[in-house]
Amino acid sequence: MSGSPPERIVIVGASLAGLRGAETLRRMGFTGSLTIVGDEPHEPYDRPPLSKAALTDWVPPEHTGLPRLADLGDVDWRLGVAATGLDRRAREVVLADGTRLPYDRVLITTGVRNRPWPNAEQAALEGVRGIRTREDSRAIRDHLDAGPKRVLVIGAGFTGSEVASICRQRDLPVTVVERAENPLVGPLGGVVGEVAAGLQRAAGVDLRCNVTVEALEGSGGRFRAASLSDGTTIEADLAVIALGALRNTEWLADSGLACGLLGVSCDPGGRAYAVNGMAVDDVFAAGDVARFPHALYEYEFLALEHWQNAVVGAQVAAHNMICDDPDRRAHVSVPAFWSVQFGMNIKSVGVPSLADQILVTQGSAKEGRFAAAYTEGDRMVAAVTFNHGRYLEYYRRLIERASPAPVPVGEAEGNVPEDPRFPDPGTPYEPPTVIVSGRSPTSMEARRVPAGKDQR
Amino acid sequence: MKMVVDLAVCQGYAQCAFLAPDAFRINGEEALLYDPQPDDRLEERVLRAAAACPVQAISVERAQR
Repeated sequence: MSGSPPERIVIVGASLAGLRGAETLRRMGFTGSLTIVGDEPHEPYDRPPLSKAALTDWVPPEHTGLPRLADLGDVDWRLGVAATGLDRRAREVVLADGTRLPYDRVLITTGVRNRPWPNAEQAALEGVRGIRTREDSRAIRDHLDAGPKRVLVIGAGFTGSEVASICRQRDLPVTVVERAENPLVGPLGGVVGEVAAGLQRAAGVDLRCNVTVEALEGSGGRFRAASLSDGTTIEADLAVIALGALRNTEWLADSGLACGLLGVSCDPGGRAYAVNGMAVDDVFAAGDVARFPHALYEYEFLALEHWQNAVVGAQVAAHNMICDDPDRRAHVSVPAFWSVQFGMNIKSVGVPSLADQILVTQGSAKEGRFAAAYTEGDRMVAAVTFNHGRYLEYYRRLIERASPAPVPVGEAEGNVPEDPRFPDPGTPYEPPTVIVSGRSPTSMEARRVPAGKDQR
Repeated sequence: MKMVVDLAVCQGYAQCAFLAPDAFRINGEEALLYDPQPDDRLEERVLRAAAACPVQAISVERAQR
C-alpha cells in the first residue's frame, strides 16, 4: 500500500453498503473528497420494505430513505448515472456520461439486479414486473390497489413469497409458481420448504410446485395469462418475476479484477483480488456484489445477499481503506437474514446449504413455530427460526463455536436429525441468498455439496 | 426524520410498538414492520422507542430543523 493517506475516495453504488461505507470513512476522520455514484436517481434507500410494508396501504415505497448515521460532510453525489468501467492504471472510475472520476481508493458496492424474465418481449408487457427498486414497488402497489382479479408470482424464494403474503393479506387471489418441490428450498432446504408450503396454502395461496411458467401472454400489450409446463393456464393481471438476482459486475469486465457471476472476489477485509489471484491495494468491495472467504467456514468464499452483510462488510472495507496496515480487520460476522411472510417471522443465521442434517430443536415444525439446527458432520453451520426469533442469538453463538446441535427440548424432545433436502446440484431452483463457492479467488463455480463429500 | 431497524438484531420485544404505535407494528406474533420515514411529529415518540429497545436495533436520523 502507498504510504500517503488517500485524498480521493470514490464509492460506486449508492445503496445501503455505499452509505454505510461513506459514514465509516467520515466517522474515522477521512476529510478528503468523497464521491458516491449511483445508477438510480435517488439517495440511498432501504430495499427490504419494498416487498413488505411498502406494498400495503401503510408505508409508501417513497418513504424508505435510509437514515444517515454520521455527518457525511461534503459528498459529490453522482446519481442517475451508472459506472461503466474501472481504469486501474489511470486510477479512474468511468461513468456512462463519459466522466472520469480519479481515485486513490475505490469501494465497489454495485449490488445485484433482478434476474430478468428470459423473453424480452413478454417481459415488456404491461403488468409484468420484478421487484428491486422503489419504482418497482410503486408499480406493483398501484396494480394491487387497482384490485387485480389474480396476481401471479413466479418464483417462491423469499421475495416472491413475501409478495404472495401481501396479496393474501390484502385478500387478493394469488398463484405462486415454483420450479422446485417447495418454496424456499434453495436457502433453507426441502424440510423447511415443506413448512413454508403449508403456510402459503393455509393462507389461501394457490401454490404450484414442480412447475415452470413457459410463456407470458398478453393482449393489447397487457399481460393477461401465463401458460405452465403442466399444460395449465393461469389468468392474471399482474405477474411478479422473483427469480433471484444477478451481480452487477459487467462494468468491471475490463478492470482485470477477479469478478464474474458470483461477484467481485475480495479478501476477508474487502480488498479486491485481481485475475492473477493477488489482492489489489486500492480497490475494495462490499455488500451483495462482494464474495469473500469467511473464517467461520474454513475460508470458503461466500456471496451473501443479506442486509446485515452489506452494513458490516461496508464498514469493515471502509475502515480498511484508510487505516494503518496493522489495524485492518476481517469481516467475520455470522451471516444472518430475516423475512416476514404469512404472519411468520423467519430468521436464519449461518449457511444452511452447507448442512447434511437438520434437527428441529424447539417447537414444532408441523405447527410452523420452531427452531432448527443445521449441522455438517457434528458441528452446527446454521440455524433457522419460525416465530422463535428470540432464541436465535443462542444458536448464533453455538455456530461461532462450531458446537454440535443442542439436544431438542419441550415439544421437540425426541426429534432426530434428518436430511435437510437441499436440491440436487444441477436441479433448477431459486438461488439461495448465500452462495458458497470454494477457495479460489478466480473461479466462479457455485458449490453446495461440502468438500470431501460425494459430489454426485 | 428517517429510521431503520436492524431486523437481524430485533428480537420482537415490541417495546417500540407500545411506545410509538404509529411508526412500529407487530405483524403476527413477533415480526416487526415499521415506517422508515414517519411523520416528523412522531419524532419524540420514535426517539423514546429507539432508546427503550432492549437490543438497540433502531437507528434514527432526526428531522432537519
